Amino acid sequence: MESALFYDRLQFATTVIFHYLFPQLTMGLAVLIFYLKSRAYWTHDAHYNDAARFWTKIFALSFAFGVVTGIPMEFQFGTNWAKFSTFAGGVIGQTLAMEGVFSFFLESTFLGVLLFGEKKFGPFVHWTAALMLFLGSWLSGLFIIATNAWMQHPVAYAVDQDGAVHVTSLWGLLTNPWLVWQFTHTMTAAVATGSFVMAAVGAYYLLSGTHTDSAKTFLRTGVVAGAIASTLLLFPTGHGAALQVFEHQPIKGAAFEGHFHTESGVDLLIVGQPNMETLTIDNPLIVPQMLSFIIHKHFGAEIKGLSEFPRDQWPDTMPLLYYTYHIMVGLGMIFIPLMLTAVALLWQGRLFQARWMLWTIMLIAPFPYIATTAGWMTAELGRQPWLIYGLFRTADGASPLVSSGNVLFTLLGFLGLYLLLGLLFLFLFFETVSRGPTVTGGPRSTSAPMY
Amino acid sequence: MSIEVLWFVIVVLMFAVFVVLDGFVLGTGIIYLFVARTDAERRLVLEAIGPVWKGNEVWLVAGGGLLFLAFPKAFAAGFSGLYLALILVLWLLIMRGLSIALRSHLQNPLWRAFWDAIFAVASLLLAIGFGAALGNVIRGVPLTADGYFFTAFWTTFAPGLEPGILDWFTVLVGVLTAVILTVHGANYLTIKTDAAVRSRASQIADAGVWLVVPLAIVAILVLPFVQPALRHSYDAHPAGYVLPLITAVALITAQYFRRRRRDGATFFSWSLFILGMLGSVAWGLFPNLLIATRDPAYSLTIYNTAAPLYGLRVGLVWFSIGISLVIAYTILVYRGFRGKVERVPVEEGHE
Ligand code: HDD
Ligand code: HEM
Ligand code: HEM
Repeated sequence: MESALFYDRLQFATTVIFHYLFPQLTMGLAVLIFYLKSRAYWTHDAHYNDAARFWTKIFALSFAFGVVTGIPMEFQFGTNWAKFSTFAGGVIGQTLAMEGVFSFFLESTFLGVLLFGEKKFGPFVHWTAALMLFLGSWLSGLFIIATNAWMQHPVAYAVDQDGAVHVTSLWGLLTNPWLVWQFTHTMTAAVATGSFVMAAVGAYYLLSGTHTDSAKTFLRTGVVAGAIASTLLLFPTGHGAALQVFEHQPIKGAAFEGHFHTESGVDLLIVGQPNMETLTIDNPLIVPQMLSFIIHKHFGAEIKGLSEFPRDQWPDTMPLLYYTYHIMVGLGMIFIPLMLTAVALLWQGRLFQARWMLWTIMLIAPFPYIATTAGWMTAELGRQPWLIYGLFRTADGASPLVSSGNVLFTLLGFLGLYLLLGLLFLFLFFETVSRGPTVTGGPRSTSAPMY
Repeated sequence: MSIEVLWFVIVVLMFAVFVVLDGFVLGTGIIYLFVARTDAERRLVLEAIGPVWKGNEVWLVAGGGLLFLAFPKAFAAGFSGLYLALILVLWLLIMRGLSIALRSHLQNPLWRAFWDAIFAVASLLLAIGFGAALGNVIRGVPLTADGYFFTAFWTTFAPGLEPGILDWFTVLVGVLTAVILTVHGANYLTIKTDAAVRSRASQIADAGVWLVVPLAIVAILVLPFVQPALRHSYDAHPAGYVLPLITAVALITAQYFRRRRRDGATFFSWSLFILGMLGSVAWGLFPNLLIATRDPAYSLTIYNTAAPLYGLRVGLVWFSIGISLVIAYTILVYRGFRGKVERVPVEEGHE
């Protein structure tokens, strides 16, 4: 069943990457919508209500795709990873079930209120609904990241007599030290995605001279939130994530930095291509001794290289891992100066006239998606060959009786279906944007905007 | 009552509530093209389910999560064994969800006609599919000694040692389920709509009942031959006969209220009828989660698949808190949206 495993992995990777395109926008927008709704509620400024209503529509669109692609994720633990589920269900069953009970109900119910209930329930409940939506979507992120954090860094478990693991302290599971940086980093990245998209839509309206009032609000909100998020992505959260990788998963760290041989005063590699035959980097561009400094606050510190470790513990796709990590960090280093410049322009009151900046903001919007996807590939490819780090190998996790032909069949089905879904989402997104926000100046006259 | 039994009850209840709540959405989908002919009528029907369908679907997701928590081995064995059927169900759920969410995004009549058809077809296939899955659980599956199995879509179309996902029995249960949910959806629309849509829906409900009764009788008559174990549970614990009794009474009261045009009471009686049926099945299965066709010793029960004690206990604590919150705000929101759906003014309707 060698190749069944390959297709299982490919199917999980494609479906989860595709799924995550949607929650990252919804989790990011949830915060921003809550902010807009709060301004509208406290200042009675209907302009913010209109803005919130427009973004709730985009939210609902992304949410619908997130929900329908999320359900396959949960069920694939059983369908494709039966051995893993049998082994680890005693632990991750907890967090996955908590996600369902504590957050999915909350999100789905209150999105209904936000979309259909403005008139029926009044402004206070409507504001509360925005708060609940924010809470629900972030809790959902928390529980699923707690699941992944446990796979990266298993804690609070014991092995029972038939060889499976079970949780020994729910509190320990939810306060996994790994979770701190993983959750804050991921959530910050979601805010980056949400605010970049909001700013980009604002920039598009300004450049095309439509909806200019709304455009300015979107830009202000998006640029400020985007600048904060981009900065926090590097420090402290990204830095914290990298430190804990070097502490607990030194092989992953060495692999994604492209660091083959143990030495003192390790250079930070900016670009270059890993050569797996010679175990060196071709065409390196480096900052001398910088990696030692970042990880150990000391330029001469020693860092273990890949060759220190047995080859069967290396991630099986080291070059890809190396590239995805550098793509994420590279993009992160572009986002920060860009967004800070935009904020400076905003501060001086020149942002709305700076066409080159508006163009850049508009075109940069897809890149946070690329960075988050690359980041997840870093975390997950770097976890290999372990499914649960140091505890359980990916090769032992797949469903024993599901043949490769059957998995290939469903993989192809998912690919086809998701291609269609992706095109559909883009089409509807642009359609909604081109229709633009409606300015009503008050609660809308109907309670049913969607059908 | 041991904690495993308690978790069995919880998991069964989660799925049962899913069937009742998502059931009327599926039923609405099945009759959608017939009860709602014009665009305005179709939007009315979609508004009737709009605020609630997503929340209803979560009962499935949460139920799956809780099954995973409490009986991880059964989750793993069942889902990998019914691999093909489940993935198909996932694809159908994707199409069903998108059809409701996207249908009214554009004015274009072709766009709307396309999603209308998807909504109807996906709903029908899902209802049959869920029913057939239940049929598999009742009939039993070819579990091996290491606790896994895999079934093809079909083998000989007959229950036996190596059955497929589809055989005459599971298809029968699938069709029965679809008909029951059709009536359920029609009952719901009778409450939520008026004028032409309402009268068509109530006609379908009136007629549908007369299809449910003979199909259910056939299913009950063949049951002892397909899976004798159910009968044995009832013999061992005859108190369970109260469940089929409730089911029968609920069916009669549903008819009683239907005659008197008491829409709400009809809907609730029919919901109780569905719950009663599922409860009766669960009583018969207990303590099995998956019955092995080859050798009863391979059956997966709540005892040989349960997670260790600590997880079950702590799960119970947070689940009680979580589900109380869910029930509280769900009731509040349903109350807020109660009553007939309002007609959307034409100039504003489309968005
Ligand atoms: C907008 C997206 C974005 C941006 C700009 C960055 N990251 Fe990131 N990163 C993520 C989005 C992300 C992510 C998608 O959220 C990941 C994937 C898994 C995770 O926990 O977060 C991630 C993972 C991740 C990991 C792997 C953690 C693990 O293996 O478990 C490290 C070491 C970093 N990040 C470090 C950084 C640094 C030093 C950045 C410098 C600016 C950076 N990230 C920018
Ligand atoms: C937070 C919850 C997540 C969980 C529980 C999870 C779990 C898993 C599992 C079970 C596999 C298959 C086994 C394996 O190859 O190790 C896997 C692989 C993978 N996941 Fe995740 N994942 C999560 C999030 C994500 C996200 C959000 C992404 C990307 C956007 C992602 C990217 C990948 C990739 C690329 C693989 C393939 C790795 C490989 O096969 O080498 N994961 N993950
Ligand atoms: C293997 C990993 C994953 C699984 C099993 C999973 C499971 C699910 C499920 C079942 C849903 C549908 C919920 C519903 O019916 O309402 C969903 C939606 C969602 N998921 Fe995931 N998910 C995974 C990865 C992630 C990650 C990594 C995040 C965030 C960090 C995330 C955040 C969300 C959010 C916020 C939603 C709500 C829908 C939306 O906002 O688009 N998920 N997920």
